[in-house]
Amino acid sequence: MPVLIVDGKELPGKAGTNVLEALLSAGVDMPYFCWHPAMGSVGACRQCALLQYANDEDSHGKIVMSCMTPVTDGARFSVSADRASGFRRAVIENLMLNHPHDCPVCEEGGECHLQDMTVMVGHRDRRYQGRKTTFKNQYLGPFIGHEMNRCITCYRCVRFYQDYAGGNDLNAFGSRDRIFFGRAESGVLENEFAGNLVEVCPTGVFTDKTLAKNYTRKWDLQSSPTICQGCSIGCNTYTSERYGQLCRVHNRYHQDINGYFLCDRGRFGAQHVNSPARIPQPGIRNEEGKYDPLSLDDAKAKVRDFIQHSSRTIGIGSPRASLEANQALRQLVGAGNYSNGMSRNEQVMHQIILDVLASGMKTPTLAEVAEFDAILVLGEDATNHAPLLALSIRQAVRNRSKEMAGDTDIAEWHDAAVRELAQDALSPLVIATPMPDRLDDVASQSLRLAPEEIVALSTEVSMYLSAGSESTASQASSVAQGLAELLRDARRPLIVSGTSLGDINIMRATVNLSLALQAVNPEAGILLAADECNSVGMAMLDNRLSVEELVDRTPETMIVLENDLESRLGAEFAKKMSAVRHLVVLDYLDNATVSVANILLPAASFAEAEGTFINFEGRAQRNLAVFLPQGSIAPSYYLLSTLNDDCLNDSFNDSLNNSTESVSSSHQARVQTIIESIRDEFSPLKRIDECAPDADFLVLGSKIPRMTHRASGRTAMQAEVSVHEPKQPVDTESALAFTMEGNQQQAPASLRSYVWSPGWNSNQSIYKFQTEVGGADTMGNPGVRLLQGDAMPAPFTIAPTTAAQISTGPRFVAQHHIFGSDPVSSQAQELSTRIPTPYVRMNTETATTLGVSGGDGLACQLPHKRIELSVILDDDVAAHCLVYPKLVQTIGLADVAPGDLQRIAGWQGPKDPLKPNLILTDRTG
Amino acid sequence: MVELISILIIYGVLLGSLTGAAILIWFERRLLGIWQDRLGPNRVGPLGIGLALADVIKLFAKEDWIPPFADRLMFVLAPMAVMIAMLMGFAILPYAPGIHVADLNIGLLFFLGMTSLAVYSVLLGGLSSNNKYALLGGLRAAAQMVSYEVFMGLSLMGVVMLTGSFSLVEIVNYQQEHTWFIIPQFVGFVVFMIAGIAESHRLPFDLPEAEHELVAGFHTEYSGMKFGMFMVGEYLGVILISAIIAVIFFGGWLGPDFLPPIIWFAIKTFIFICFFILLRAAIPRPRYDQLMSFGWKYMLPLTLINLLATGAIVLWLQA
Amino acid sequence: MINTIWSQLVTLYRVLLHTFTPADTVQYPEEMPYLAPRYRGRIVLTRDPDGEERCVACNLCAVVCPVDCIALQKTEDQDGRWYPEFFRINFSRCIMCGMCEEACPTYAIQLTPDFEMCEYDRQKMVYEKEHLLISGQGKYPGYSFYGVAGKTIKGKAKGEALNEEEPVDIRSLLP
Repeated sequence: MPVLIVDGKELPGKAGTNVLEALLSAGVDMPYFCWHPAMGSVGACRQCALLQYANDEDSHGKIVMSCMTPVTDGARFSVSADRASGFRRAVIENLMLNHPHDCPVCEEGGECHLQDMTVMVGHRDRRYQGRKTTFKNQYLGPFIGHEMNRCITCYRCVRFYQDYAGGNDLNAFGSRDRIFFGRAESGVLENEFAGNLVEVCPTGVFTDKTLAKNYTRKWDLQSSPTICQGCSIGCNTYTSERYGQLCRVHNRYHQDINGYFLCDRGRFGAQHVNSPARIPQPGIRNEEGKYDPLSLDDAKAKVRDFIQHSSRTIGIGSPRASLEANQALRQLVGAGNYSNGMSRNEQVMHQIILDVLASGMKTPTLAEVAEFDAILVLGEDATNHAPLLALSIRQAVRNRSKEMAGDTDIAEWHDAAVRELAQDALSPLVIATPMPDRLDDVASQSLRLAPEEIVALSTEVSMYLSAGSESTASQASSVAQGLAELLRDARRPLIVSGTSLGDINIMRATVNLSLALQAVNPEAGILLAADECNSVGMAMLDNRLSVEELVDRTPETMIVLENDLESRLGAEFAKKMSAVRHLVVLDYLDNATVSVANILLPAASFAEAEGTFINFEGRAQRNLAVFLPQGSIAPSYYLLSTLNDDCLNDSFNDSLNNSTESVSSSHQARVQTIIESIRDEFSPLKRIDECAPDADFLVLGSKIPRMTHRASGRTAMQAEVSVHEPKQPVDTESALAFTMEGNQQQAPASLRSYVWSPGWNSNQSIYKFQTEVGGADTMGNPGVRLLQGDAMPAPFTIAPTTAAQISTGPRFVAQHHIFGSDPVSSQAQELSTRIPTPYVRMNTETATTLGVSGGDGLACQLPHKRIELSVILDDDVAAHCLVYPKLVQTIGLADVAPGDLQRIAGWQGPKDPLKPNLILTDRTG
Repeated sequence: MVELISILIIYGVLLGSLTGAAILIWFERRLLGIWQDRLGPNRVGPLGIGLALADVIKLFAKEDWIPPFADRLMFVLAPMAVMIAMLMGFAILPYAPGIHVADLNIGLLFFLGMTSLAVYSVLLGGLSSNNKYALLGGLRAAAQMVSYEVFMGLSLMGVVMLTGSFSLVEIVNYQQEHTWFIIPQFVGFVVFMIAGIAESHRLPFDLPEAEHELVAGFHTEYSGMKFGMFMVGEYLGVILISAIIAVIFFGGWLGPDFLPPIIWFAIKTFIFICFFILLRAAIPRPRYDQLMSFGWKYMLPLTLINLLATGAIVLWLQA
Repeated sequence: MINTIWSQLVTLYRVLLHTFTPADTVQYPEEMPYLAPRYRGRIVLTRDPDGEERCVACNLCAVVCPVDCIALQKTEDQDGRWYPEFFRINFSRCIMCGMCEEACPTYAIQLTPDFEMCEYDRQKMVYEKEHLLISGQGKYPGYSFYGVAGKTIKGKAKGEALNEEEPVDIRSLLP
């Protein structure tokens, strides 16, 4: 290991990294702006300057940029030399010349990297008295605010947006001191990862508009480590609250999953917690179909009464609810009357994922995806269904450029040089989907195939691979041959698929292909994206009874946990629901099932309840409550387990506070009891309690605080109610406390509720919690991967589909949308403005057979609702496919025969259904 | 008739001394205020004199608290002891010719005995409280008062030698015939004065209380009227010592005829009370070891020399 | 030793002389003391020369408050100005240390020479914005934060603040 000598002290370095990384990894406070741990160095900001000495005798040295200097053994540097620190101070002074006097009215203030660095180098007084350059701002959509005057031209935004996330509508304009970062004209930033600009920008040019609405400085936010509920990836997030309102979601670094970035669904979708559609109190449906409010005790008594007097009570769980809530329901109704809330189709698909994860096949983490040098995507719309997967794939295609850099002795972190060298050279990425894909721009080959054709192609490739070269060569198509050879010859090939098309055969074919590939290329990997945040967990918990099977058993009472059954039952939803005598629904947001419930129980959202979620790779992760639910809202597991044990307690909050007296004795957190029952009952889940310490965990004798040590307003926040300050609420359910007292710095990563380090108020302080830059957490990466095995599954037998068997009639294909396909995040106020209006997309040929043209309106009538769609003509859609967005409005469309669609006369649809007409209410001056 | 008069005198002395002690609470604050360029208590009643009454009412109305960890019997007895001992001291004072409670031929010894008894009060209060501050205060009080008692008694022996009697009336009468003892017994006066301050543990010798170090010393745990008794006891001590100084060294009731003798007695006593308060206003508290070494190394030899010299002179005069 | 005794006697004499010096005590409330303008008493929120609230709800006063007695929430008006939706000071906790005034970047929060604010009911010591906000500018007349800041509000476009150039034409590539 190379050793650097910095200011006379020896620091360990790592070959292939730069000096800045070595300094930061060693914990040195080194200022920087343009370097980003995930994006490498470009040497644009000149902030990380230090002195390099030629040898022992050299006492003068030369100024070099640490981010541009490779680590070499025995190299001598000085960080603290006057010339180096003076240089850094001068650089900041220059950057601050045009910086506006904005900090008090800037959303970044208090967690601003520029503020931190200015303080760190000691620049205090403004000497420049001249005039400041100004810029006009742009409207960048409902998520991101723009305040260009604050820019210090570090280029991080465009480097992230264009180079890392593949966006093309943010750019640098102008020249010299008039560089402007923005769009060619005002408009919504289209990239799905645009929200990361908030965290990437070292100052306040790009700010979070959803935070600005309930604006709170970082030091006042009460936060906790949470798991994103948007998709199956299970990104780690910090969710923050103040005054009972969810303020924002920030990235929580996890080496193996999300790294430094989140998608916009995850970042802005959590605003659903503040939605006016939240269910605030228990309700009972009266004759008019309206809900009368009810006390929680009365509601529970009613439910108990239903259960006791019903011949059969069934419980329908949910893949978007926690394992604990599902287990509580399962214990309440009995294993034979419980379904995990997935339809038959979903259960089979997730069983396949489970089998793959538990086998010896190579199932990479998201971080590992970036290391594969050939990727085949089969029917998975990663950007919309599992967005962070798409981001990882985007990094994987850069492996070609890294190879080229290796050949020419250019370091990988030398970002601009590597990109300049590689130009358009990318590793092969083949995408086979029925509709255009966001990754098409980096794909070496995009195949537009109907789902059955994808299965056929995949089968063909696997047969070619397993049969050896010549014998079947003549039978296989040239596309399949090309693919097979590409995968076979790659150093590390990866096959990606998932549940996004809802087609079991695609997943089976993917597994078969992967098995065949692993036989010839043992480095091959397989990645299957699951559907919802806890789908894999549900398959592990109890995958026996599907929703359809259970509902068909004519239950008298049905308890539905956080599940919109309309999306499982489709067109039959209304009929099946009316057959149930007592429908009890626990949920936090309004949906079709809620609106037909007899008794409604207000469940807590993810930000108000503990819960364990298992992501697509079988990693169990604990989500911790950020704040206490208001009124009679309570976590689902609490509602269900109290139904079970007759505990009478009107309020969850009271139950927490009343239990304090018995903490020392035999009290055990309710959630912990459920976790232990899961652990004891299901052997694959026996390591579930390793994912986070339980409620008894202490650091230096106290629980871990949710607030920062400098949270303000404690004695005034509630003073308008009563000047006598209430006791802080007690949290007996988790190892976190609603307090600012305690040690946050030494908390394990699964319990750390924010990142902060002295002098580092921004999220850049994360390096203080990493073993090395971009490395593992100092306290160990949170979460635990439950499934590992070494046996290979037997290949699935798929009825061989030949070209002749592929149906030529039009068929519906549902497409996920990052904004809109998740019913929960769709209720977030800002995010809902970006949901597309229902449409159907087809190529011209299919449109001709159906007799429609672009801009027409089509409609169909379901038993309980009517669906209207605008027609979009797009020749990049596979033949015979009618692609429609998977939205709340379009649930049930899959059950309709395409022939039943009626043309709407005189249809006046939206101009561009894919891009909703956002109202430009912002001032953009 | 004679019995009636003596009963009236007894009640008069009792009432007068207690009222005096109460008024002293106000008077001391007022005087301290003047010397520290403040006003002192001036809100309750004319010139704030109502403060004395308010203070008494407050003390009576406060919760009578006995700590559960204290020795109950001793805790209750201690404040009574100081008050009783001090009040007994007033019995032998000659206020004016014929106005006295008792003219004991061992009057001076009786006075010394009573002041010695007061030590028990402080000691018991300190020990029975079962509190570290009180314990330290009690220990300090015991050592300080036992030490200073030695030369307090010895300093008066010069007067006794010259008078040839322990009776205070005799002492005053002797001064009428000869001269006030302040002149022949100046050293005795100074030593008695200093020892008197130490005996009544007034500032600057209030080390048993020493609120900067020991919270409130021996009476840390006391409240209500029990604390009140300690306080009244202290003020009674001030009056008693002042009166004794006036009687022994300044001729008691003696004075020109334009004022009645009792007024002369009161004026002299009053001046010494003021002097006590002036000491409090001006002199800082010594360290405890300084107090002890001052007593044993300077006061005791000085007293003994004074005693020897007086004895020599008495013998020389008789010869 | 002699010096020590002499020193004590001089002390007694000097203190005794104070019998004849007048008392320094000010007889409040009959007699009101002079309080300097910078006296740290009751806290007010001031307005800028345009009559708009100076407070921009930056939260610095709240975070610097050692007893955490200030709570506020930022919101934004139609003109783009930040202002506090509510601004609450719990004077029953306030220690009048003046740190909030020191921290305030807009001269909005100011301490005044008024300390007579006792109540028998502690609840009445909780002051809301309507109790705190005054009509005037307080100690710093003429200062307008938005005249200096780069953020645009209605009536002040980009480039119109103190020491600002006209907004850049980003289409120009001229050197």
